[in-house]
Amino acid sequence: MDFLNALVALANFVIVPGLAYGAQLAIGALGVTLIYGILRFSNFAHGDTMAFGTAMTIIGTNALLALGITFGPLPTALLALPFGIGATILLVLLTDWLVYKFYRDQKAKPVILVIVSMGVMFVMNGVVRFVIGVRDIRFADGERFLITARDFKEMTGLREGLAIKTTQAITVVVAIIAVSLLFWFLNKTRTGKSMRAFSDNEDLALLSGINPDWVVKVTWMIVAALATTAGVLYGLDKSFKAFTYFQLLLPIFAAAIVGGLGNPLGAIAGGFVIAFSEVTITYAWKKVLVYMMPDSLEPDGLVQLMSTDYKFAVSFAILIIVLLFKPTGLFKGQSV
Amino acid sequence: MNPALKNTLLFAFVGLLLVGTGFVQGWNSALFILNMGLVSAIMALGVNLQWGFAGLFNIGVMGFVALGGLATVLIGMPPVGEAWSAGGLQVIAGLLLGVATVVAVVFLRKKLTGRARTLGTIAALIVGFVIYRAVYDAGVAGIEAVDPASTGYLGGLNIFGPHRNANDMLLPDYFILLAWPMGGLLAAGAAWIIGKTALGLRSDYLAIATLGIAEIIIAVMKNEDWLARGVKNVNGLPRPVPYEVTLQSDPGFIARAASFGLDPLTASTIYTKLCYTVLFAIVLLVLLWLAQKALNSPWGRMMRAIRDNETAAEAMGKDVTARHLQIFILGSAICGIAGAMMTTLDGQLTPGTYQPLRFTFLIWVMVIVGGSGNNFGAVLGGILIWWLWVQVEPMGLGLMNILSSGLADGSELKERMIESAAHMRLLTMGLVLLLVLRFSPKGLIPER
Repeated sequence: MDFLNALVALANFVIVPGLAYGAQLAIGALGVTLIYGILRFSNFAHGDTMAFGTAMTIIGTNALLALGITFGPLPTALLALPFGIGATILLVLLTDWLVYKFYRDQKAKPVILVIVSMGVMFVMNGVVRFVIGVRDIRFADGERFLITARDFKEMTGLREGLAIKTTQAITVVVAIIAVSLLFWFLNKTRTGKSMRAFSDNEDLALLSGINPDWVVKVTWMIVAALATTAGVLYGLDKSFKAFTYFQLLLPIFAAAIVGGLGNPLGAIAGGFVIAFSEVTITYAWKKVLVYMMPDSLEPDGLVQLMSTDYKFAVSFAILIIVLLFKPTGLFKGQSV
Repeated sequence: MNPALKNTLLFAFVGLLLVGTGFVQGWNSALFILNMGLVSAIMALGVNLQWGFAGLFNIGVMGFVALGGLATVLIGMPPVGEAWSAGGLQVIAGLLLGVATVVAVVFLRKKLTGRARTLGTIAALIVGFVIYRAVYDAGVAGIEAVDPASTGYLGGLNIFGPHRNANDMLLPDYFILLAWPMGGLLAAGAAWIIGKTALGLRSDYLAIATLGIAEIIIAVMKNEDWLARGVKNVNGLPRPVPYEVTLQSDPGFIARAASFGLDPLTASTIYTKLCYTVLFAIVLLVLLWLAQKALNSPWGRMMRAIRDNETAAEAMGKDVTARHLQIFILGSAICGIAGAMMTTLDGQLTPGTYQPLRFTFLIWVMVIVGGSGNNFGAVLGGILIWWLWVQVEPMGLGLMNILSSGLADGSELKERMIESAAHMRLLTMGLVLLLVLRFSPKGLIPER
């Protein structure tokens, strides 16, 4: 019984939150990695692209709610998601046409593009603040829990409860759908194949008649869709605040690099690696250990390896360790 | 137009902006902008050293600036004796044990092989961590329990304490000036650690690594209350310049102010700010002179050679990694000095106010707009962009007021427009950066 209790406590506080957070990071990291693979630069505006997409989705959600439309037990934001994705696609295509295209045609060094993306980051950050302000916004509605801790206890008779929030379940489901769609697209369709060819060897891809403009456009569209989805899922799970999204840049980049920049499979693995390390290292293990250890050995403290304020330090430390031992990431990524 | 004339005109233009601010918004505001502009110019010099000279992409400027701020507390505040006896040595012992653990792990990994190596590493990590936490946590708890409302930290090294005159008014404390080089040293130390691990990596990785370390430095400063009170802030740092209140009670000063036709209040605030301006200008000029000397020395030429073609420079026998480490440390130290100066100017350390957009990316805008690779460009960019950063908000508000003047008072659109003026800064800075990169990528004063 104690063992089961320990397992449930572990699932409740580590596995479920870690899975949801990992899925959010993985979708975010996929966007970073695609940009890196095809356009060959680290896009620092990615966090703010996510924020823009989420802001647009929130506006769409509010409009739907004003019309009296809800999604039943599911958050209305899911209905507004296509609108958010559309708006973000328009924004990134416009940004590409106005800003990045010039440097691509010039064949500028990647680091110049990174600095340019810093400028884009500033502008997008400003636009998001114009559009929606700087407040903390919660926009999850519908049922809050798929299963509450109390129901679980009554159902199983265990002392520990397992609560699964609707948003956590949605995150995982949506992530699976999004990733399957992406991989189907990259592996089965003509455009997807040309994208991979372009990523592997640009010159060869151009020689075989692939239209680079089209590849770049499609990439931006996919990235906008992924960024918006990641942003909305994160916002549903926690809350929306422009500044938090900017800060997500660090774990997302860490995930993409740990997995191997330019490698979509790696981005997903990296997302979960970073998420689970953050959660396990900042979790107070006392609860689980109390069940697992004999009474005489029960820990006094919280058995928390690091306070939650240091979660950046965790992603960063993993990033450095992986870079030192496997410079191209866990899955083989590209290096310039 | 020859370059020298153009540069003089550009600097004259910035001077004119500041003088104009003085006439329109008052000399206090103008001097305030100038002082922070000088500090920003020093930060820009540091980043220019790294990016302009060596092509190193450091976006952790905020962390080095914050370390400089930490130095002002560690140097300028009086030590808290009670806290030291409650757990000061214990915390230091704990930290040393932590370092010892790392050393032990490195040693074990060198000596052992195979499965013993893995097991030994894990065992050393676990044992070391448990001992470290036991010693360190107890010490921290002891320190933070000492009068948490006003101290609860170890304090600094300023044993000479606050200086007061016969009337119990505060006098300037020059000891705090030591914090400026100390800030540089702290930042240099951090830069050495980062450089050792991350400089061998690709440029994007260095960028992410510096971004991460900056966030960690801020997290440490926010959470380790025993060090500098964390988010409870340290107020009342000593100042190297006269205090306004003291000046206002000085009959000689009041008489002199009256001879200029100024009331004592305005005169004292302007006098204090002018003192800072002089101090900052001296530091800026010294650093600028050094940076110019470095740029035009064989060392500077070697740096640019490395920047332009690493492989060729390496083939010529230059140690690229060592040179990169060297310039990374130097540039970060300059940012640390500037950070210490800024905190001295503020008179308080507030870790919660360090934001990457303001302290990292804004400095980058300054360097790019001023002209990367040119020290005078960095200085010009620093002051100009700082002026813009401060002025954009009131200008935006004015613009919104004019644009919305046709709308009825209290209408939602009007309120929305007025409210949005507060967010003009980021948008403007981004646009400025993008426009300069596109149409004048070498900046206002290009590299020669």
